[in-house]
Amino acid sequence: MKNISNRREFLKFSALAGGGLMLSFSWFSEAKAAEKVASLNLPEQWSELSAYIKITPDNVIKILCPNPEFGQNVMTSLPMMVAEELDCDWKNVVVEMSTHDNVKYGPQFTGGSNSVRMYWKPLRNAGAAARQMLIEAAAQTWGIPTSEITTKAGILSHSSGKSAKYGEMAAKAATIAVPKDVNLKAPKDFSIVRNSKKNTEGVKVVTGKPLFGIDYRVDGMLIAMIQHPPAFGMRLKSFDATDARKMPGIRDVFSFKLYDDGFEQGGFDTRAFNEMIAVVGNSTWEVINARKKINAQWEAAGDVKETMMGRGGKTEKIVPGRLETTAKQFEMMAEFDKRLAKELRKDGDPETAFKNATQIIERTYYAPFLAHNTMEPMNFFADVQDDKALVVGPLQAPGWMEPSLMKLLNLPADKIEIQMTRMGGGFGRRAYGSYVYEAARISQKLKAPVKLIYTREDDMTYGIYRPMYTATYRAALDANKNLIGFQVTGGGIPENPIHANRFPAGAVDNYLADGWEIPSNITIGAFRAPRSNFNAAAEQSFLDEVAEAMGKDPIAFRIDLLKKAKENPVGKNNDYDASRYIGVLELLKEKSGWGKPENAGKKRGVAAYFCHNSYAGHVVDMVMRDGQPYVEEVTSVVDCGVVVNPDAARNMVQGAVVDGIGQSFYGALTHKDGVPEQNNFHNYRMIRHNEAPKKIDVHFVENDIDPTGLGEPPFPPVFGAVANALFKTTGKRYYNQPFMSEQAKS
Amino acid sequence: MAKYSLKINGKTQQVDVDPSTPILWVLRDHLNMPGTKFGCGMAQCGACTIHLDGNATRSCILPVSAIGKSAITTIEGLSENGTHPVQKAWLELDVAQCGYCQSGQIMSAAALLKSNVKPTDEDIDNAMSGNICRCGTYLRIKEAIKTAAKN
Repeated sequence: MKNISNRREFLKFSALAGGGLMLSFSWFSEAKAAEKVASLNLPEQWSELSAYIKITPDNVIKILCPNPEFGQNVMTSLPMMVAEELDCDWKNVVVEMSTHDNVKYGPQFTGGSNSVRMYWKPLRNAGAAARQMLIEAAAQTWGIPTSEITTKAGILSHSSGKSAKYGEMAAKAATIAVPKDVNLKAPKDFSIVRNSKKNTEGVKVVTGKPLFGIDYRVDGMLIAMIQHPPAFGMRLKSFDATDARKMPGIRDVFSFKLYDDGFEQGGFDTRAFNEMIAVVGNSTWEVINARKKINAQWEAAGDVKETMMGRGGKTEKIVPGRLETTAKQFEMMAEFDKRLAKELRKDGDPETAFKNATQIIERTYYAPFLAHNTMEPMNFFADVQDDKALVVGPLQAPGWMEPSLMKLLNLPADKIEIQMTRMGGGFGRRAYGSYVYEAARISQKLKAPVKLIYTREDDMTYGIYRPMYTATYRAALDANKNLIGFQVTGGGIPENPIHANRFPAGAVDNYLADGWEIPSNITIGAFRAPRSNFNAAAEQSFLDEVAEAMGKDPIAFRIDLLKKAKENPVGKNNDYDASRYIGVLELLKEKSGWGKPENAGKKRGVAAYFCHNSYAGHVVDMVMRDGQPYVEEVTSVVDCGVVVNPDAARNMVQGAVVDGIGQSFYGALTHKDGVPEQNNFHNYRMIRHNEAPKKIDVHFVENDIDPTGLGEPPFPPVFGAVANALFKTTGKRYYNQPFMSEQAKS
Repeated sequence: MAKYSLKINGKTQQVDVDPSTPILWVLRDHLNMPGTKFGCGMAQCGACTIHLDGNATRSCILPVSAIGKSAITTIEGLSENGTHPVQKAWLELDVAQCGYCQSGQIMSAAALLKSNVKPTDEDIDNAMSGNICRCGTYLRIKEAIKTAAKN
């Protein structure tokens, strides 16, 4: 094992910080810490005990975070997991983003609420192994058996009175073979995990340090922007850049193709437009101004053939060329909804159940495309040279982009270095790295280091949206108001939202789920809890209406169904744990004071949902304020197993609630002849300070289950709880998002 | 191009740029001060908020030629180590998620507290509603402003 990090790495991090320091401090209150570590940050000082752990002789413990940070707190929560098993003092820990190396660090992706879940064992193993190596080093030094040495808060001790800080044994420990088997702590023994720790990058955030991709710079770097077609379904016909090239500070204006014909795209290589105009110059403002001088002609692209390399091998698909308009999209969806959809799941005999029903409730729900609108617009740095390339920036899953980068640049993996910066938001958008390829193409052409920046307008009109969805739910009730049949037909442009094996599948004897899809040239991608963020809105407000028709309390109704799914499940492959679902609803009932006389006057909506292996529910209290519905208070309950960093987890849930209210009330991206009708925050409404609730009370179900997802699960049920509270507040059911557009019509 | 002498965070800095250049890009591109963020370019999101003679100002639409003798304060000038009361409150409440909007939020909050030492919820909403937080940290921001007001 090599026991020091190399000089190149040290220099690289210094360069990234623009001469500053990229380390993050867990002990931010000590102002001198930065200087202290800066003086220590010579490579020969660090003993490397594992890919994740480096320790100096005077006991500074550096923990490397493998996953890119986009606000989900992994730069704190993942190192906490290492530190827990290392059994060190958190005050001595500094955190640094790791290099991108999937062999050394594993998957290194931020998505699917997976970070804590997938690193729970590997990072604890790394910490426990390093602790074992330190014990072994002390045992050898002191000449006593390892079994007699204990650790606590970074101190090795023996009953004889001998003791040493980890730092004193680190150099020796680094020469010891990594143990294969280690014992991990029982949850009851956790002293760091489950104890709230401050964001290790907090000081850098509040002092405006260069953290984000858009902040990255090197000497001689050029700024690039792209001009993409104004409408989905259009392509570049010709352009005249004579005037643009004459503008001050401009290096070049040229068109380029992202993928060559027949390029085999990976699953996350989605791109809205293949040929774009690049404008490259010395500074951002000069490039913005020069871009306005381009005289470009666009034309209808027609149908386009794309070649995809997926898990199932190579497939070809035709992307239709029609220029879409929102009103027509609705018509098309309504038309498709009447056609026979593809069956996704069937239990019992739903046809007969609906034939025998005394009451059928049928409701159709719609939701629009949504733009992710990360506060940091898409951007990436690329320095492509003949024999190697460096790319740096905000990306959720760098490893997913690597294969296509290799093909585009004709370079082997070991000649492409990817550095991960903090991301100013992701929400799924930064899993699709076509902007990385664009930066690389531009740098390749100019043979110079280039930072590509999207303006807000570029970002919002580029696509990769949350799809446009619809679903029609039907419930069959018998004469005694029992639920005897349930059916859902889901559809979307271009994706069907239905999770066929989720609740209430498993809880109803006669069940049918089916779906259809309409291909489109409007590109779509994962958006915080993909599909779930629509399903929870539709399904949870439909269940509310069914409960009302049955004369049941909405929480009691859900719990009754879940008890059936638990005790006597219908069908196979029900992908939720009914007990945990019930647990969330029961705690939500308790914490919100649901049904209590003191809350009788409140206009409340409830919803609960399962996704990303976790369970979440909310009770939303709504009032009318200045003639508009306003969510004043929210009670939230989540079961995500062990909560690693509770205060940050509460922050995440509160944020998901605010996000859910905002998206359901206001979020919409519409089209006219392929042109997005919203392009900046003046016409794409985002939730703001005065629209956020006064209070969001967050509770976690306490258990020792290995952590499951957190970033996404609390988001979807907000939509349903808001819809149900709207009914209580206004007396009207809301079926179409954004709800405030519906409100304006009424 | 034109030469400007700008008072930024107590220091005088010279730049030679096009007069229409927004001060945001002067700071970020020409003076290597990236703490002030680009979000929308049309004063709709507040990520680029700086102080101009102590008042919260959106730097993305403010041309350098309009600055004159006014003093600019950026997030980098609020304090070096996060010791300004607003920054301290932000750390105490652990406000940030992605953190991208927080420079702007902090600058808006610091300007508010300078003119209103004990803001009500409504005062905070009025002063802060021009600053979007996509992660939804609004509740903690409000709490942090109240905490800073107390200190």
